[in-house]
Amino acid sequence: MNSLKRLTALGLCAVILLSACGAFALQDGFRTTYTYNYDYWSEMQESPDAYRVQQVVYSTSLGLETPMRRPQSLYVRGEDIYVADTGNNRVLQLRREGENFTLTRIIDSVQGASPAGFNSPNDVFADEDGNVYVCDTNNNRVVMMDAQLNFVRSYTKPQDNTFDQNLAFLPSKLVVDTSGRVYVRATNVNKGLVKYEADGEFTGFIGANPVIYSLWDYVWKEFFTTQEQRAQQASFVPTEYENICIDKDGFIYATNIVFSEYDLLWDNAKPIRRLNSIGSDILIKNDRYPPIGDLEWVEQSVDYGPSKFKDITVLDNDIYIAFDKTRGRVFGYDPQGVMLWAFGTKGNSEGAFLGAVSIEHMGTDLLCLDENENSITVFTPTEYGSLIYQASDQYLKGDYDGSADTWREVLKLNANYNLAFIGIGRSLLRQDQFAEAMEYFKMAHDRENYGRAYRYYRKEMIEKNIGWVVAAVALLLIVPVIVRRIKKIKAEVAEYEHKKALS
Amino acid sequence: MSTKRLSADAALSGAGKAWWQKYVSSLRYALHVIVRPFDGFWDLSRENKGSLAAANTFLVLFLLTYVLKLMYTNFQFISAPVQYINIYERCASLLLPFLILCLANWALSTLFDGKGHFKDIYIAMCYALVPYVLIQLPLILISHIISVDEGAYYSVLMSVSVIWCVFLAFIGLMQVHDYGPGKTIIFLFATIFGALVILFLILVFFSLLSDAIGYFVSLYREITFRLS
Repeated sequence: MNSLKRLTALGLCAVILLSACGAFALQDGFRTTYTYNYDYWSEMQESPDAYRVQQVVYSTSLGLETPMRRPQSLYVRGEDIYVADTGNNRVLQLRREGENFTLTRIIDSVQGASPAGFNSPNDVFADEDGNVYVCDTNNNRVVMMDAQLNFVRSYTKPQDNTFDQNLAFLPSKLVVDTSGRVYVRATNVNKGLVKYEADGEFTGFIGANPVIYSLWDYVWKEFFTTQEQRAQQASFVPTEYENICIDKDGFIYATNIVFSEYDLLWDNAKPIRRLNSIGSDILIKNDRYPPIGDLEWVEQSVDYGPSKFKDITVLDNDIYIAFDKTRGRVFGYDPQGVMLWAFGTKGNSEGAFLGAVSIEHMGTDLLCLDENENSITVFTPTEYGSLIYQASDQYLKGDYDGSADTWREVLKLNANYNLAFIGIGRSLLRQDQFAEAMEYFKMAHDRENYGRAYRYYRKEMIEKNIGWVVAAVALLLIVPVIVRRIKKIKAEVAEYEHKKALS
Repeated sequence: MSTKRLSADAALSGAGKAWWQKYVSSLRYALHVIVRPFDGFWDLSRENKGSLAAANTFLVLFLLTYVLKLMYTNFQFISAPVQYINIYERCASLLLPFLILCLANWALSTLFDGKGHFKDIYIAMCYALVPYVLIQLPLILISHIISVDEGAYYSVLMSVSVIWCVFLAFIGLMQVHDYGPGKTIIFLFATIFGALVILFLILVFFSLLSDAIGYFVSLYREITFRLS
């Protein structure tokens, strides 16, 4: 009887403990591999969460009468958030104050434009003066209005020979630079981004995606197919970008998703590009691998294949963050192209991405728009994430020692973080602590910096010990000479003695 | 002349010290072979300047150098994932192709009218590995002295060691079998083909063997099951 009681009590305890553990693990609904990074051997390493969900904003919490329907894009300017509510032919302007999201206004028509309303607006942009640009896709125009929603001008199909006049002009993404030039990504246009001057004049295309094809494709097409077959095959055409965004310096970040796994091998695919004013890719790639998202994926899984970036956003400190729709993950890269962290998964829980279409940043917070849930998920950096940002900001500002201290804090949270080792090493190198710097660089497998530290170390060692070395060499050279001389003298003396004795 | 050498050989083979002397001199002969390969390889088997013991020593040293290189080269110059390396596997992946190539070479030498015996081929090939040991062993030390910017010296020496070995192996085969260079090239391709055939036969043999063993095992199981 007693033993039965004890057993029951034990069982109960076990159940409570287990459920407590379960509750602990499920606290935020994340698996342990929610946030990760790649190590030197390009293997996934779990890491502390860099971002966590602060809240999810739904139509009801905004007090919308008609809920959002398949919204396609977000834009953030200051505290204002613009949502292209594509399914309802309108644009929502929200305002965020702390954790509160309030609806400022619903933009569904432009005063003085014809037609005044929108037809499936796919993207929205707001400049510093409060002018709003809307990609009014099915009305074949990009419409610009001032802060009071008065029509300013519209950007329509270019009346130019370089633009195929049989093609419908379907603008779907846009960015505007600081001098008012508008860059439009239009569906079915493969010559690059359509560029307009501030006065609405079409001035050509920039940043055409170079064509990728293999030698074998070329040979096959040239020599082994007939004219009729060739007409039916897809021709070698460049592909259009998936999404674009503009950074504070006016460079356009573009993502490309039309490539195969093998195009990643020699970095032909270039999934993320940074286009300068003439459209060349100037993205800095200083890591072992270019920024391509995931480096490995499970064979024959549902989500097999390379990361395909649906959207990208650039923080004010040039850190860029891209959203991969293949596995529903968000990747952060520093300006040198080194992966800072990756997080996310597919699913319906908070912090998982299933129908995410657009990602934007507000300060260091991330806002993610979901077209199926019709919601905006707000992510805020954790202590770990903030420390990483702080360290790289300090480094950019030239506060190297402060940055090293912050990296030490990061290491306390994640001992596998290579960037932290490199950051500390650099600071030690500046303080002439070469041997310690070498140790840190070795930890991060950073050969270039290790080599630099080692050269200083070697120089220091040689300078410190040069006296001994020279003395030793001199000794080695001189001693035999002296010994020989002494022997010779001794022999001469002996000979002399001998001669003397004889005589 | 010949009687004199015979008596010298007899004298050498007599005492243990003499055996040791022959071994050391055959080791030292490698230094002659690698700088004067045409003369060196000719005398290696025909004048009995080399020995099987020395050849084995060089092969072991070669494997040892390879392992030491993997383990102790400065990380600036080698990116071997030390945590995953299996030394035996790595050694086998060098040793087996080496032996199979020697075997294929010997097997085909009768077809190609070659003069070498298996022992001669093996000894010549082992002597051809000497530059690898002589260059790569000091390179391990050098890798700790130079920095990655001076890596050009390292990679040049690395390439020199391999090219030298290949060159020696080529000359070695030429001299052992008494071929001209053109015939040696054809012979080399045939050797590689022969090695592939040997590999194929080994695979077939083992798969058939496992099938046969499986058959008897299941037969035994069936019988014991019926009887019990």
